[in-house]
Amino acid sequence: MFWNQSKLVCEVRMLASSPSTPARRSSWAEFQRRYAPYIFISPFFILFFVFGLFPILFNAYLSFQAWQPGSGLGEMKFVGLRNYTDNLTDPTFWQSLKNTAVLAAESGLPQHLIAIPLAFAVAGVLRRMQHLVTAVYFLPYITSTVAISVIFFTLFSWQYGVINAVLNGLHHLPLVGDLFPADKINWLGEKAYVQPAIALVVIWRYTGWNTLLYLSGIQAIPKELYEAAAVDGATGGQSFRYITLPLLRPIMFVAVTLSLIGGLQLFEEPFILTNGTGGAGQAGLTTIMYMYRTYTSYSDAGVAAAMSWLLFLVIGALTLLNSRLFGRSGLAGRD
Amino acid sequence: MTTVKAPNRSTVEARARARRQVPPLSRLGAYLLIALGAVLTVAPFYFMFVFATHTRTEIFQLPPPTWFGSHLDENYRNLLDRVPFWRNLWNSLYLAVLTTGTTLFFCTLAGYAFAMYTFKGREVLFGLVLATLLIPSTLNIVPFALIMQALGWIDQPRALWVPGMASAFGIFLMRQYIGSSIARELVEAARIDGATEFGIFLRVILPLTGPALATLGLVTFVQSWNAFLGPLIIFRSAETYTAPLALRTLQSVANTDWGALMCGVALTVVPLLILFALASRQLIEGLTAGATKG
Repeated sequence: MFWNQSKLVCEVRMLASSPSTPARRSSWAEFQRRYAPYIFISPFFILFFVFGLFPILFNAYLSFQAWQPGSGLGEMKFVGLRNYTDNLTDPTFWQSLKNTAVLAAESGLPQHLIAIPLAFAVAGVLRRMQHLVTAVYFLPYITSTVAISVIFFTLFSWQYGVINAVLNGLHHLPLVGDLFPADKINWLGEKAYVQPAIALVVIWRYTGWNTLLYLSGIQAIPKELYEAAAVDGATGGQSFRYITLPLLRPIMFVAVTLSLIGGLQLFEEPFILTNGTGGAGQAGLTTIMYMYRTYTSYSDAGVAAAMSWLLFLVIGALTLLNSRLFGRSGLAGRD
Repeated sequence: MTTVKAPNRSTVEARARARRQVPPLSRLGAYLLIALGAVLTVAPFYFMFVFATHTRTEIFQLPPPTWFGSHLDENYRNLLDRVPFWRNLWNSLYLAVLTTGTTLFFCTLAGYAFAMYTFKGREVLFGLVLATLLIPSTLNIVPFALIMQALGWIDQPRALWVPGMASAFGIFLMRQYIGSSIARELVEAARIDGATEFGIFLRVILPLTGPALATLGLVTFVQSWNAFLGPLIIFRSAETYTAPLALRTLQSVANTDWGALMCGVALTVVPLLILFALASRQLIEGLTAGATKG
């Protein structure tokens, strides 16, 4: 379905430079042919300027103003960097940032640690059942986050929840029982467990999605490479180390980047699971949630705008760091 | 496995060895892992259906219910007493259909232009389209809300579907598809026959983009149907709420009726489950294409 693009571009250029039949073309035909592509792509750009770029610029402007949105545009007052310093001296902002970072790591890493072996398992042993299984794994990704969070809210119930009942059952198993807690965990009511509970929901939602990404990466590796390696007497471990890992790295980079950017913008799962409050000890308050609260409950548009720019810096810095560690110039150098 | 063509011996041996790399014990382990993953994935959906048939007190008892109860109709009536849920589902559908329809049209149009025309600035403009994918959209919620307030679009579905009429992902997908599967000679032929540029798009290109339209349509529909943060900012009344917002209102009150809420959750999830059952291949292809082929 997706072909070699450079070849395509060459073909297009060749066709474009081939002589046309000028006698047949009226000036209207020439005119509409020349401007048609610009008209065809204009809706996207108009929408982007109005609803994409303009809000970003307006947000930047707003971050230097003191403004309560109820009071009309005339009431804005330039306050310099005060909105930024207000945020940077606000302990709740720092806590929200820390929560966000911890949640992104707690929910991000396990997704990949589960998805990679799972993708190998599926690629290794499943043939006819593969589509059915991957479709099942994909279900959480197409389900509304609100619906998922509401379901998990009941499953996480302290005294009567399914999750605690299952854990309790596992605790009474012989041999492995001690791996599971003896007491019921107050998932959404105790500060220490709010973040793990949110992370569990995020992991549940996105592990299948990542498994599919890795599976498509694994299956794109030509089988001949393994055959050639086997002919040369390579062991399974060696093929994995010298064929699979290097060829899987680009997709790993994409998958990790997507989890990172998504994890730093968590909103729906913590919002529903903590009932909009941020949970015990505000442990579930992410920065996007705090920004939403600053705007809607405190109606402080300027401070909320400054907060979004600060979070943008954090996302940008971490994404850059991730691409340094993981991207083309990173792990590849060592191989 | 018997082969008629009898490929050369070393390949056969190598294949056999490659297959032997999954020894029986790891095979068993792989099956167990896959099965465990599937059970854990399906379990929450199962409990959603089970809880939808129980009363609040039955849901929160020891041990929790694991089989269907007999209070589905009661939960359904309670749900409709508390929120105009069919109205909310209709709002979700209305929004999703409008967003999907307009997205399909404008993304195919732009994708066609990028794939089939040579024009000044094409590469730069396409790069710009891709660059917009990198902007974290949730950061814009404050200016988005203010702009919609200034336009008077608060509580109006158009506040969500108008900005959503074209997506960078959609343009990318359609450009790839049209560029790789439709011959340029077709366009040239239509042009010689005197068709206008828009006529060519409408009568020659659009009918040939079926599979890609299905993929993009499904992806867009699912995203719009499940959207929460955007609708949360725009819609302010029970009558204009989409289904996810209605679920949120049911949850936020004291003494939540969990049976009724689960019934609403199931009604929100089931349409997508049906859609997925009918077209899972295209949906998965579309959603992973953006990540793996980009």
